[in-house]
Amino acid sequence: MAGQISLIVLGPQRLEPTLAEAVAELGVGGHIAVVTAGWQERESEDDELTQAVGRRTVNLELYRRAEQAMADDATLFQAYRARQDQLRELQEIYGRRLAHALDACRELLGLDDSSELVRSECDEAMRAVRELDAHHLQAVQRIHRQFERAARPGRRRAIRRQRAEIGALLAGCEALAVAGGHVAVLLNRLRLFGVLELAGDRPILAWSAGAMALSERVVVFHDSPPQGAGNAEMLETGLGRAVGLLPLPHARRRLRLADPNRVRLLARRFAPALCVALDEGDRLAWGSAGWSTLAPARRLAPSGAVERVEGPLGWGR
Amino acid sequence: MTAIENLLAGGPPEAATIDDFLARHQFPLNEGRTTTFVYRGSADQVRLRHWIFGLPSSLPFERVDGTDLWFLVQELPYGSRIEYKLELVTGGRRRLIGDPLNPHLAHDPYGANSVLHARGYQSPEWAEPEAEARPGRLVDMTVKSAAFGDERALQLYLPARLRDSQRYPLLVVHDGWDYLRYSRLQTVLDNLIYRQEVAPLVAALIGSGDRLVEYAADPRHAAFVADELVPAVVERYPIDPRPAGRGLMGASFGAVAALSTAWRRQDQFGRLLLQSGSFAFTDIGPSRRGAAFDPVVEFMNRFRTDPGKPAEKVYASCGQYESLIYENRSLVPLLQETGMTVRYSEARDGHNWENWRDRLREGLSFLFPGPLWMVYE
Repeated sequence: MAGQISLIVLGPQRLEPTLAEAVAELGVGGHIAVVTAGWQERESEDDELTQAVGRRTVNLELYRRAEQAMADDATLFQAYRARQDQLRELQEIYGRRLAHALDACRELLGLDDSSELVRSECDEAMRAVRELDAHHLQAVQRIHRQFERAARPGRRRAIRRQRAEIGALLAGCEALAVAGGHVAVLLNRLRLFGVLELAGDRPILAWSAGAMALSERVVVFHDSPPQGAGNAEMLETGLGRAVGLLPLPHARRRLRLADPNRVRLLARRFAPALCVALDEGDRLAWGSAGWSTLAPARRLAPSGAVERVEGPLGWGR
Repeated sequence: MTAIENLLAGGPPEAATIDDFLARHQFPLNEGRTTTFVYRGSADQVRLRHWIFGLPSSLPFERVDGTDLWFLVQELPYGSRIEYKLELVTGGRRRLIGDPLNPHLAHDPYGANSVLHARGYQSPEWAEPEAEARPGRLVDMTVKSAAFGDERALQLYLPARLRDSQRYPLLVVHDGWDYLRYSRLQTVLDNLIYRQEVAPLVAALIGSGDRLVEYAADPRHAAFVADELVPAVVERYPIDPRPAGRGLMGASFGAVAALSTAWRRQDQFGRLLLQSGSFAFTDIGPSRRGAAFDPVVEFMNRFRTDPGKPAEKVYASCGQYESLIYENRSLVPLLQETGMTVRYSEARDGHNWENWRDRLREGLSFLFPGPLWMVYE
């Protein structure tokens, strides 16, 4: 067991909701604050979610609040938009560099690795990819720091007002549930209002993009997109609550789990993080003893295998 | 050695042996690069009738001496998809039938054909109904047309969870009902939008009672689409006003209608999806394609001289087994020279609705990409 559980990460909830079980596992009896900002303009359409949770929910309305804050504060809006433009441009450049680095890596991984020389060169190619990922994250963080320094969002009235309201809503709740949706939109809103700080030590439930936003590194992925090579990309640093975990929601559809080379590449690239497939019914818990499964799960192993795991998973670092 | 060679190795087989052979295999039988077609029954001749440009349109089967078993062994490139019928000749009478041993059928406005999926061809799973996908809906609409002097009925595909606060691309689909019936367009849109591969969009599914005239670069059609249809849809639904949010799509003559409309109304339509376009042209002398193509040839010759820039992005496709492959390949460099972003794709298939269905994912996701990489619900 994970010990005292502070976070439960779930598979997608729309078709086979397991939220009620997760709430019971947390031992929460009171109201639950929900974040559905990733649904963007559909943020308020949370009836099904409330039904799945099985108790009263309080939607924090982060998407609406962010829209309101931006409408109230044109300077903040300009700075925010400029930051997003920079991040988009940076992501595109990174994607181009990454394509070459990953091509090299895939080519070498395809070689007969019985010789030490090939293994060593493979490791070197992988190191280059990991360095590029790390460099990208640093560049992203630099842009965020510049924004924080220049715009000081936490000190602006438009944000402070919304933040106070969110804090008041959270005060009446025992837990926080973070739904999926658009991962960048969700992450930006959670960060803009400092929701995790406001939530304090309340236990958290998160799924899909919600789980990704809470991880330390947000990786976007799809092995078979209709356009492009399907290179998983580092998007952002996440909020760091899902320590050592790389959540891979909708893995069955998005990943070629039967292709050991692709699995191996992903698992080695993001090691030592626990790369865990999160489909319907999957549940992981984080607590004082690290990660553990609440239902049998699948971990992507550096060997290229997809391992069925049950019980303690360790710390992912 | 192929299965049919094995069967015949010991001389003409007994009827029971043939029964067993037919029961043990699925036909047509793919073995490596070769495909064996089989027919069993009485006839004077059996022929394979197909629409593969490059092969004789009628290929004779061979009868196994002393039996009613007929076969044809044909080498087919990897990934081929072939629509065909069997022609039976009996007492001088000819009859076209579907292949009784092949359950796969493809439908079109003229009926149904048997379909061969050669080695390497995969029917797209995204064209099958998905329980998870939120279905869009079809609504009827009529538009008064001064250009044609009548009233036009059409259907609109509206994506699931349409909201007035959002702006959606509008895709005008020529031969829209045929795309619905024979290319599963509604299922494809539902699935690709649900998977976030294609942005939620509104599709105007239009038709024509006289498509060989109206779709043949007829200026009235361009006026109808640009000046009457689009404003009527915009009035009722939240449509993206930018050219990037306006697309035209069609196959065969429908592709000519799409291209010619965009050409006549430059800067209005930013996206073009052109499938197996009937883009007949001449470098010198008259066209041999027949009178119906004359206005097309005239338009294409003008277009080739003065293409302008009809759109921003174009996806074009053609089957390698179509007679139009030359015209479509010829068009690609010309489209590229206009400064448009062009994606061109070929398939080992013919001029048919399932070929066009199979290219929809690539084409639509290129023209109207969805937030696939960012959305995890």
